[in-house]
Amino acid sequence: MTTEVNAAAEAGTASAAEAPRAAAGDARPHGSAIEGAGHWWQERVSALAALLLWVWFAVSLLRLPSLDRAIVAEWLSSPLAAVPMLLLVAATFWHIRLGLQVLVDDYVHDEGSKLFWTVIIHFAAILGAAFALFAVLKLALAAAPVG
Amino acid sequence: MAPHLTVYKWGPHMLVSILHRITGAGLAVVGGIALVWWLWAAADGADSYDAFTGWARHWLGIVIGIGLTWALIQHTLTGLRHFALDIGAGYELSTNKKWSLATLVIGVVLTAALWAWILRGLWS
Repeated sequence: MTTEVNAAAEAGTASAAEAPRAAAGDARPHGSAIEGAGHWWQERVSALAALLLWVWFAVSLLRLPSLDRAIVAEWLSSPLAAVPMLLLVAATFWHIRLGLQVLVDDYVHDEGSKLFWTVIIHFAAILGAAFALFAVLKLALAAAPVG
Repeated sequence: MAPHLTVYKWGPHMLVSILHRITGAGLAVVGGIALVWWLWAAADGADSYDAFTGWARHWLGIVIGIGLTWALIQHTLTGLRHFALDIGAGYELSTNKKWSLATLVIGVVLTAALWAWILRGLWS
């Protein structure tokens, strides 16, 4: 039995025992069971975080007397506003990265273009997040007396 | 045309499904830039903030603002719909249709109400 299978494999013909194993081994590193579930889960968790933080953000803005710079700067000088705002930026841009990746995976079929857009999405999302986080920190820390 | 494409009847669940992706893409690009610009302008100083509010109060800025508000509310509502579908609820045809239509109606009503209030304050 074993010799028959080996002989069939060596001869290059599909044998009942070897061929399915080889196919599964090829497919396993690329399957949705590896990266897809993690991406799917992170998309939901970042969505929930963004939902809670954006509701907080909308309510906070509506409670401000105006959106003049002095009012906004005063509001973000409080850690109770600055910290949720930092979290909002992080959750939102992480969700943006994950969401745009779905569009690329679904609609860009050429492997080279897919790689290109995947890199662009990562760079753009991290760049946007970095500028936004820096701005919030600058407003938050400018008001704090040093030393 | 493939036969499976001809047996589907266009319905609100298909509309909100593709709208979730379109609003998501719009929010990611235009909304992302707007959020960074607003925060950066506030941190950078009075001149930068005046430049931002100048654009935001321009009719084009207002149109984009209304579009982003609607997109954010619509994307949030269809996102909540996806949470319900994720736990296995709401797949019955009539339920699916009802909640799909509800997201569209609530999205437009909330956006109109919020911007009526904003524009009343802006122009008074």
